[in-house]
Formats: sequence, C-alpha cells, structure tokens
Amino acid sequence: MNIVVCIKQVPDSDKVTIDRETNRLNRAGVPSIINPFDENALEMALQLKDEHGGKVTVISMGPPQAEEALRTALSHGADDAILVSDRKFGGADTWATSYTISLAIKKLEDVDLILFGKQAIDGDTAQVGPGVAHFLDIPMLTYAKGVEVTGDTFKVNKVTEDGYEIWDVDKPAALTVVKEANDLRMPSLKKKMAAKKAEIPTWGVEELQPEEGNIGLAGSPTKVSKVFAPPVKLNKEILSGEPAEMITELIGKLKEQHVL
Amino acid sequence: MSTTKELWVYAEQREGKIAGVVQELLSQGQVLCEKSGYTLCAVLPSASGAELCQELYNFGAKKVYTIDDPKLADYQNDYYSRAVAQLINEKKPEIVLYGATTIGRSLAPTVAVMVDAGLTADCTELDFDVEEGNLLQTRPAFGGNIMATIICPNHRPQMATVRSNVFKKTKLSDSEGGEQIQYDVDLSGVPERMRRLESVHEADDNTIDLNAAQFIVSGGRGVGKPENFKVIYDFAAEMGAAVGASRATVDAGWISHHHQVGQTGKTVCPVVYIACGISGAIQHLAGMQSSDMIIAINKDPDAPIFDVADFGLIGDLHEIVPEFQKQIAAFKA
Repeated sequence: MNIVVCIKQVPDSDKVTIDRETNRLNRAGVPSIINPFDENALEMALQLKDEHGGKVTVISMGPPQAEEALRTALSHGADDAILVSDRKFGGADTWATSYTISLAIKKLEDVDLILFGKQAIDGDTAQVGPGVAHFLDIPMLTYAKGVEVTGDTFKVNKVTEDGYEIWDVDKPAALTVVKEANDLRMPSLKKKMAAKKAEIPTWGVEELQPEEGNIGLAGSPTKVSKVFAPPVKLNKEILSGEPAEMITELIGKLKEQHVL
Repeated sequence: MSTTKELWVYAEQREGKIAGVVQELLSQGQVLCEKSGYTLCAVLPSASGAELCQELYNFGAKKVYTIDDPKLADYQNDYYSRAVAQLINEKKPEIVLYGATTIGRSLAPTVAVMVDAGLTADCTELDFDVEEGNLLQTRPAFGGNIMATIICPNHRPQMATVRSNVFKKTKLSDSEGGEQIQYDVDLSGVPERMRRLESVHEADDNTIDLNAAQFIVSGGRGVGKPENFKVIYDFAAEMGAAVGASRATVDAGWISHHHQVGQTGKTVCPVVYIACGISGAIQHLAGMQSSDMIIAINKDPDAPIFDVADFGLIGDLHEIVPEFQKQIAAFKA
C-alpha cells in the first residue's frame, strides 16, 4: 500500500515567547518542528505500513529549509521524501497550496491513501487537506482517529463534536488525522543516520508545470489586509488575600458586569 | 430573479436540528446586511427542510434556499459540497458564512476550491468595507498573538468559517417570516465513494461540550494530581460549566484529551473562562484568549496567564476554588 503524508514545518510554539511591550512574537532562534498533528498522520501511515507493507512518502511544501522536517520524518520511518519548493510558490494561501501539493501527488504512482494532520498550529486553517482531496478528485474525511484496511476500502473512525462516526470510504482516499489517533514512534539511530544522507528531490515549477495563475500570491484569492496586536485588557484587576474575601469581591464584580 | 446581492449563511443541521452557531451567524449577518444592503439568506441542505425554515427567519433570514434530497439527510462531504457549490455557481452570492464546526471545516474548504473562492478560517470578527465592497475577516494568527484581517478582493463569493460563541444571538421580535426557495440539485452524477456506517454520541462523564459552553473551568498542573481534578469537576458542575484542561495535565494522563484547551487541543471562546492552576503557556493561551472574560487563579503572581486575565486571583486554587463554589451556590440560592 502506498501512503503519502503531507507535513508542514512550523515554529515550535512552546519555545516562542511574547514581547509584552510590543505584543510581538520573539521568533529569533525559535526551532522549527514538524507540525504536531502531522506527526499523528505520519504515525498512522507507519502503522498501516507495518501491518500491510508498502511505502510511506512524505511531502512538504515550503522554503528550502523545510527539508529538515522531511529528514526528521525519514528518521521516524518514512521511506521517501519530496520537497515542493520554488520561489514562485511563495505567498500561497490555502487555495494555491492545495493546488500545488495536488500536482506533486499526481506525479506519484498508485497512491492509496493521503494523510494530513488535522490542521497546522501556525495557520490553524485546516483547509489544505480538503482542498488537495478535491483537486485529486478523491473522497476525504476530516478528523480521523483510526483507520483499518478492508479490502478495497478503508474503515475510518472519525471524531465529531460529541462522539464519533464510522465510515467506509473507497480507495484512494484522503484523511486528516487528530492527535488522539496515536503518538509518533521514536526515531531509530540507524534511520537517523540514513535520513542524514538521503537524497530528497526538490520539485518546483519546472517539475510540476502548474498553471501560472494558480500558484503563489497570484493564485491566492485571500490577501492579508492588515496585521495588528490583539487588544490588551484594559481593566485588569489582580486580587490577593483571604480566599473568602477575594471571592466575595469577585462575585460582586461579576454581578455588576451581569456575568452572573 | 432578484437582483440584490446576497449574503448566505450555511444552515448546518444534524438529525434535523439546526446548529447553534447558525443563529449566531445569521445575527451577525443582520449587521453586515444593514451595512452592505445585501439580502440575508440561508442555505439548508437536508432530507426535508421546510420545517426548519421558521427558525432561520426568526434570526433574520429573508430567504431560505432549501436543497431537499434523501442523499442529504446526513452530512456526506461529496454530496453536500456538490449541492452547495452548484447553488453558489447559479445564484452567485457575495458572501457565504459557515460555522467552524467539524462539518463546516470539511464543507467550506471543499466548496472553496470547487468554486474558486477565497476562504478564511476561524474568524473572530466580521465587518464590511462599504467603499471597497469587501468583507473584512479578522482572525487570530499564530496562536492568537497577532490578529490578521483578511480580504478577498477579486474572487466571489468571499467565504469564512466562524467559531461558536463569537457573535451574540439576536432573535427578531417581529419576524415577518421569509421565503422558502426549493432548489433541486442533481446528485445522480456524484459517485458514491463513502458511506457512514455508524454514528455514536458519547455522553462521556456528563461533560458539557467545550465548544458550545458559556462557562469553562479549566485545570492545569497546579491541580497537583489526578484525584484533585474532582475540585475542578465539582466547581464546574455548580457553575454549569464545561471542564477544560492544560496540555500538561492531559499529557500526564490526569484527564482525557477531550478536555484539552490550546493550540493542539480545542479552541474555545466562552463568556467566562476560569483558569485554575494554569501557568499560561502560549500554546494554552492560543486556545482560550478570545474568551469574553478570563479569570485566572494561580499561586505564582508572575504566571503569564495573568497577562491575559480580566481578573487575577493570587493564591492556592485548593483554597480558592472550593470557596468560589460555596459562594456561587449561596448566590444561586
């Protein structure tokens, strides 16, 4: 079975701090990591491979340094990696990103399953998985926490707001994967060594032959109009002292503000 | 054929019940339509929508496009996206809003690529630029530390998903009703590629859904040990609140991941969020800082949670929380 896992390199949010004077992020020196939800997609792929054999290919679209995330994925057990990168892809929103990644997947043969993390922690859009699935014209289920192979179909456990659903979905299919699916296995030393030396091809405009108007900034319907710091809390009140007194004061304020 | 431009709200239904976020979207739709002069409409794919229209009129919809088809009884991404995309291509609305639910976040991105629309995820503010005719879609970026306003100048419709509890519900006191327009969509050409076999509602440990909750009480590492989460549960029960948790407590196995609030958990925006023994790592703040009011209880006066709090109580949660619960009980009595 051939599985493609799409991963994104993101800044490690646990290491990011905020400058409270400017309300800006201190990004300098913050390490990059594989988007945490994409780790769950990767582990789901590796488990399917353990059980059914086949190949796991990781794809990442991003700047050249996204290669690092791909090497990390190889060290955890992925077989192949492809970097989708070109200056002309820069500034892509989720529409243009979905289109571009779908072209890369179309170049691969006999793909049975395409996995994504449920969303990326930097953009939080959760839009690229469904977008890619549509461009590839394959069925898509979001928020998968489990998958079984049943002949020519997959049996998928999908999380909902108040429970779960079981779906039967034809091959090839696309899934976005939630955190509760699994935990990514540790990398092995042997694979780490191999990952360092692995050849990772870069596919750009020349390899993917996209329609010019569909990529990068020009192919993106949405534009960022402005960026600003979130409004600061003006009437912050800090209470200390005896619990009973603090709570009496707090409840008084909550009543005043009609929260209670 | 009406020539006025239209703003649509996707009327999400499950098992014949309209999702709460739809009322919120229609309420904000009223505001946007007043500014833009657009007509507020709802689009309702289901097995049979007639009975649900009144609720949509009550929140300001002038027209409801019902798309009735047995295949649309329950959400199925292929059928629903095809139905909504066909209607969009035919009627050409200016704006389409969706709730950022598990359904909305599957449907909207699929429809967006089908109809070449821009889509902005998880908006927390929506406004209308009268001069340019653009929807101003504001959303938190990078864990809520930066706000970004997104526009979609050259593509129509402009589409957005919006979280629950962001907009207040405004029910019309004098709804004149509206017009139901049945739209017949041909789904015969859509291949049947996925089938729902089972749908299970888990009423797990009597919890209230975090996404829909008005009040949330959350516990962090300061709770101390798994047994102590009882303090949080008891207080939440008294408040009628949902129970949240920090990643540290979930990773430590003190509470199930269903409760995790934060960047890798759930994003919530209740009326009041009470953080108990949570230090306020950026990844937690990302999930809760758009709450209307934040009350933080922590021993450490320098904890970053106090930066985002409206009310900060410095002290031991094991003393403060039971006191809070006692006084709330007294208040209710």
